Amino acid sequence: MSRTVELRNHPRELQNFQLRLAFSAGFVLLLFLLLFARFSYLQVSQREHYHTLAEANRISISPIVPNRGLIFDRNGEVLAHNYSAYTLEIVPSKIGDLEALINELATVVEIAARDRKRFKKLMEESKRFESLPIRTRLSDVEVARFAANRYRFPGVEIKARLFRQYPKGESASHVVGYIGRINDKDLERLEANNGLANYRGSHHMGKIGIEQSYEKELHGITGFEEMETDAAGRVIRVISRTPAISGNDLTLSLDARLQEVAEKAFGDRRGALVAIEPATGEVLAFVSKPGFDPNLFVDGIDSENWDLLNNSIDRPLNNRALRGLYPPGSTFKPFMALAGLELKKRWPRHAINDSGYFSLPGSTHRFRDWKAGGHGVVDLHKSLVVSCDTYYYGLANDLGIDNIFNFVSQFGLGKKTGIDIEGEVSGLLPSQEWKMARHKQKWYAGDTISVGIGQGYNLTTPLQLAFATAILAGNGTAFRPHLVKQVLNNNKEVVREIAKEPLYTLNLNPDNLQAVRNALVDVTRPGGTAALAGADAAYVFAGKTGTSQVIGMKQGEKYVESKVRERFRDHALFITYAPAENPKIALSVLVENGGHGGSTAAPIARMVMDYYLLGKLPSEAAAEAVEQNEEEDEHD
Amino acid sequence: MIESMRVWHYLTRYVDSFLLSGILLLMLTGLFTLYSATDANLGRVTNQAVNMLVALGIMWLVANIPLQHIMRIALPIYVAGILLLLGVALFGEINNGARRWLNIGFTRIQPSELMKIAVPLMMAWYFDKHEATLRLRDYAVATLLLILPVLMIVRQPDLGTALLIASSGFYVLFLTGLSWRIMGALFVVGAGSLPILWSTMHDYQRRRVMTLLDPTQDALGAGYHTIQSTIAIGSGGILGKGWQHGTQTHLDFLPERSTDFIFAVFSEEFGLIGNSLLLLLYLVVIGRGMVIAANASTQFTRLIAGSITLTFFTYIFVNIGMVIGILPVVGVPLPLISYGGTSMVTMLLGFGILMSIQTHPKLVKT
Repeated sequence: MSRTVELRNHPRELQNFQLRLAFSAGFVLLLFLLLFARFSYLQVSQREHYHTLAEANRISISPIVPNRGLIFDRNGEVLAHNYSAYTLEIVPSKIGDLEALINELATVVEIAARDRKRFKKLMEESKRFESLPIRTRLSDVEVARFAANRYRFPGVEIKARLFRQYPKGESASHVVGYIGRINDKDLERLEANNGLANYRGSHHMGKIGIEQSYEKELHGITGFEEMETDAAGRVIRVISRTPAISGNDLTLSLDARLQEVAEKAFGDRRGALVAIEPATGEVLAFVSKPGFDPNLFVDGIDSENWDLLNNSIDRPLNNRALRGLYPPGSTFKPFMALAGLELKKRWPRHAINDSGYFSLPGSTHRFRDWKAGGHGVVDLHKSLVVSCDTYYYGLANDLGIDNIFNFVSQFGLGKKTGIDIEGEVSGLLPSQEWKMARHKQKWYAGDTISVGIGQGYNLTTPLQLAFATAILAGNGTAFRPHLVKQVLNNNKEVVREIAKEPLYTLNLNPDNLQAVRNALVDVTRPGGTAALAGADAAYVFAGKTGTSQVIGMKQGEKYVESKVRERFRDHALFITYAPAENPKIALSVLVENGGHGGSTAAPIARMVMDYYLLGKLPSEAAAEAVEQNEEEDEHD
Repeated sequence: MIESMRVWHYLTRYVDSFLLSGILLLMLTGLFTLYSATDANLGRVTNQAVNMLVALGIMWLVANIPLQHIMRIALPIYVAGILLLLGVALFGEINNGARRWLNIGFTRIQPSELMKIAVPLMMAWYFDKHEATLRLRDYAVATLLLILPVLMIVRQPDLGTALLIASSGFYVLFLTGLSWRIMGALFVVGAGSLPILWSTMHDYQRRRVMTLLDPTQDALGAGYHTIQSTIAIGSGGILGKGWQHGTQTHLDFLPERSTDFIFAVFSEEFGLIGNSLLLLLYLVVIGRGMVIAANASTQFTRLIAGSITLTFFTYIFVNIGMVIGILPVVGVPLPLISYGGTSMVTMLLGFGILMSIQTHPKLVKT
């Protein structure tokens, strides 16, 4: 039987078939080798590469945001702290019709028009994939209500977050500043400083004030959680955890209660006050009125409030103490007097006869004294007590602009003090070089005369005036003004102290210094321009009033205050330190359009010093008196 | 004792134990890999084990059928298959944009699956009939017998199945001794018709080809499969990440990981060593198939054994080639390992025929 089978196999065909089969076998082997080669390539030579890719697939790193450091005043009062609260957040990129979604959300939790506006503003400032809060500080009831309706709102989430709060509100707002959401510009800056990694997960950073300038200390170090995630991004397990390190706390040199006293003393007036401890440079009070509520900025300010603040004629966002530029007026005179003595252009007994004006030799132009007819015989002491202009016109002329510039700049006028918040302006102490550079004009002798009474090109900030006063009060020793006293770590240990060492000490003749200081004490006594503010003081204090012109006066025109609209009225200035012999506090006060330094600025200073030295709170009557005094027509 | 020996003999007399061992080892590998791929889903594994048992039963049945009977039904099966394909084209159910299934009242069938066996059977039968007087005309007829169902399946569209059927038919042509010159000519014609084929391809098919050339250009779309599977394989390294420890697999990065991409799971967890062993195992089965073909006594059995064996190889190569990113993504399962009953049955039906060829007396009526 099998023979017949064999017969059917044509030998040639069989051979042909077997050849083809062998060829196929070779083909199979070849392709299997190809597969093997590819395996080897992927699994041996490229293994590292694919291993990395697989790990990147698998592991996602999520940041742990550190708690921001707290800010305290010098007595431990909290100025900025964090609290935990729930926010309702939306990722706009996941939402189709945002308007409709928010309307529907509003049926579950309360969403005010203000929230919508703020959200709109946030959207304009952020990237689309970011999660943005539509509501903050949800109540427990609202959280529960949303949780029950959550299925209706994909792309909307409740998150527990730490919020920054400034319990003192407007008080010291210009010092503490505020944090706000990180915007594109902040990101660019962070990237330039290689700081981006530490801000992964952070949504806020300091925008102004201490919050901004001590951002590095306050922010802390971001921790990381390595998590295994699946393809859908769900967390399977935590692989490792590097905890965040909270930011350092700050103790300010500021005295919050003193600050509040000072702010209250201003009433509704605009202005600035800076109080410095002469022996350390610690800033005790730093007022810029009006202020603003920094809490508005933390979650993104709504456009209504923003317009209100930004467009207000009172410019509440302007830090007047740091950035306001005002001619120092007569508060410039003590430094002029000291210059005259030190440079031996004057000696205390030397007197002039003030007939009410000064003229340069060979000129008919009259530089008028504020007092028509003049002060009569005036020596150095009297020149300060009654604030004689004519005396300083002559002195300025005798000193010359170079001497004035070189001497007075030692007191820090016309340059940045280097205080530890950003945005300080340098002001202007005029010099020949400056005029040439700025106006392409040479300096005329006539330019010098009004510089002598702190007018002319002179521009200073209230901070600079306080700094100069502190140097004077400290007999020539300068400490850099600083708002932060200590940086504390998480265990409340002091990490560093700010500015303990003096910047420099001026080599001044003690007799000259004493002559000026004696005169400044008499300013606050009967007969002096600040006699009103000095009345019944329980301590001896020194001071100098000043008035800085807002508009220029034409020659021969009589200045009539009531005729000038309120905003064009002179600014009132007062610099002071107390107690006169061993000063604990030096300060400058500026009241915008306040008229005369003696009547509006000096009483504010008095209230501040009364509280600081005696612990005496100003009476309501005293605060009102400041308001009243502006009506009286009395000059410095 | 004797009774049980007789039963054993009855059960095993037409079973090729060599081939069976290879198949069982592969199936076992498949079940283990599936267990891992489905995150220890015993239900799916059991389901697959049942599929395997059913397929093994069918294999046993087929192995018991002498080839003469099988040969006799080659033509009817082929004709029925063509009619069913026609039915699909006219009344088929559309699923995922493809018309592949036919509802025949009590169940749904996929006639293209049937054609995987019917086409080589038909061609082998045809060549066997004209064995003595093989002429070019016979090749032309056989080619038509092949091209007709292939085109019908391409139109469904089901590129993977069409490709497998085309290759199974081509292997028959090749093994009958089709001259190299004609094959060369066919190749030229084929290559020349590629642009035409391209123009008739569906968008998703074109995308698959484009994706092969550069998977990264559509990393989250069509390229995602290939990128994730190559990552899985490459990160497996030489030793693999260990059974059930593949991160790509268990964290859901691998798509289709229990079916068409199951090789990536195996490869990630068992590494280059596992891959090599698997290839060797497949080689053993293929080798046994070739030995059976070489020993077959008739033109029909030789051709059918050779075609089945080489088609089995084609499955392996196309599937692995796709998973490792050297072939486009086409729906071809990894034989004996991928989850799914239909292809398992078809595959073991083929092995049943191989066993029948090997174990039945090599006797054919003249």
